[in-house]
Amino acid sequence: MKPGTTAAEAGLILCEGCGLLVRPAHAHEPGYCPRCDAELEFRRHESIQRTWALIIGAAICYLPANILPIMLSNQLGRIEKDTIISGVILLYNHGSAVLAAIVLIASVIIPLAKLIALSYLLITVQRGSVKKNRDRAKLYRLVEIVGRWSMLDVFVVTFIVALIQLQPLMAIMPGTGVLFFGAVVVLTMLGAESFDPRLIWDSSKGRWDEDE
Amino acid sequence: MTSLPENLIACPHCDLLQVIPALPPRGKARCPRCGKVVQVSKPDSINRTLALTVAAAIAYIVANIWPMMGLAAAGRTSSTTIIGGVEQMWRQGEPITALLVGFCVVLAPAVQIGFMLVLLLAVRRSPAPEWAGELLRWFRFHQPWAMVEVMMLGVLVSLVKIADLATVVPGVGMFSLGALIFLFTGITAAFDPEKVWERVRWANGEGPKEAGG
Repeated sequence: MKPGTTAAEAGLILCEGCGLLVRPAHAHEPGYCPRCDAELEFRRHESIQRTWALIIGAAICYLPANILPIMLSNQLGRIEKDTIISGVILLYNHGSAVLAAIVLIASVIIPLAKLIALSYLLITVQRGSVKKNRDRAKLYRLVEIVGRWSMLDVFVVTFIVALIQLQPLMAIMPGTGVLFFGAVVVLTMLGAESFDPRLIWDSSKGRWDEDE
Repeated sequence: MTSLPENLIACPHCDLLQVIPALPPRGKARCPRCGKVVQVSKPDSINRTLALTVAAAIAYIVANIWPMMGLAAAGRTSSTTIIGGVEQMWRQGEPITALLVGFCVVLAPAVQIGFMLVLLLAVRRSPAPEWAGELLRWFRFHQPWAMVEVMMLGVLVSLVKIADLATVVPGVGMFSLGALIFLFTGITAAFDPEKVWERVRWANGEGPKEAGG
C-alpha cells in the first residue's frame, strides 16, 4: 500500500456505526457491517444535497429568530418584548459584559458563522477545490464542537419563564422567536452531522495539501 | 474476505489509511493528513466509565428532583425544577420548544446514562449479547443532543437576568447539575467504544474478535 491511500481507493469502508474497517464483497453494493450491522457507505448518502437543504432551512429560520421576540414580560399590564439582541443589550447594561458577550457569541454569531462555514465547505467541495484542505478540516471540526452551545438562549428563556410567574404582579411568557431560534440550532446541528468531511479530501487524489 | 492488519485504520474525517502504533496509556494519535484525533488510549476504560456512570445517575436524579433555583420578590416565592421549566414552557404556548428543551436536558441525558449503565453491565461478561452492539451504535448518534453543560450556562445567565427583579437562590439541583457536568466530561474521557466492541458478538454471528475478521 502506498502512503496517502484512502480507504475508498483501496476498496475499504470505515463503518460509521462502529469504526470497523471493512472490505465489502461488492464495491457497488457494500451491504452491511459484519460487526454492528450498520449500512456501509463509502461516503455519507447524498451528503451535499441534505446538508444544503438543512442549512437553507436554517437560514430561513434565522431571520424570524432574530426579529421576533423571544420573551414577553407583563409587568402590571405593561407588556415588553425582548428579542435576542435586546436581551444581550440588557445584560450589558446591567454590568455583566462577560455574560453579554457569551450570549451574543452563542446566539447570534455562532449560528451565523455555522451557516457561512457549512456553505463555504459545501461550495469548495462542489467545485472540487484542493486548497486549504487542512484548514477546511479544522473548520469542520470546530463547527461540529461549537454548534450545540447555541441552544443557550432557549434554556435561558425556559428558566426565566418558569421562575417569573408572579401573577398579577409580573409574568414572563416565551415568544415565537424562541421556536424559530430552536429550529435554527437543530437544523444547523443536523446539517453539520449530514456533511461528510471526507469529501473535502476526495478531490486531492492522494496529495495531502497543495503546498506540501 | 481477506483479513486486514490489526492496527490499520481509516481516518473518520479524511479516509486516509494509516497504521496506528501501540500508544502509551493516555496517549493520543492524530491523523497525519487532517489532524483529527483518531485514537486515544484509555486504560481500564470499562470499569472507570462504569464508576462515573453510577455517580452520574445519582447526580442526575438529585438534579431533577430538587429545585434548580428559587426566587423571592414582593413577599412571594417561587422555585423551579428542570422539568418544571419544560412544563411551564408548554403551558405558556410553546409546546414544540418545550419538547425540544425536554429532549435535550431531561430525556437525552437520562437515556445516555441508562444506555451506558446497561451497556457496561452487559459487557462485563464476554461475549456480550448482540443487543449491546445495537445499543452502542445508537449511543453515538445520540451523544451531541445531551446538553447538560449548555443548560448550566443557561441557568447562570438566567440567574443574572433575574437578579435585579428579585432575590434569587440557587437550589440543590443546580449544584448537582454542576457535578453532573464533570461526570459527563469524565465519562466521555474514560469511555472507549472499541473496548466494548472487542467483547460484543458480531452481527454476522461471528466474533468477538478472535473468531471474526
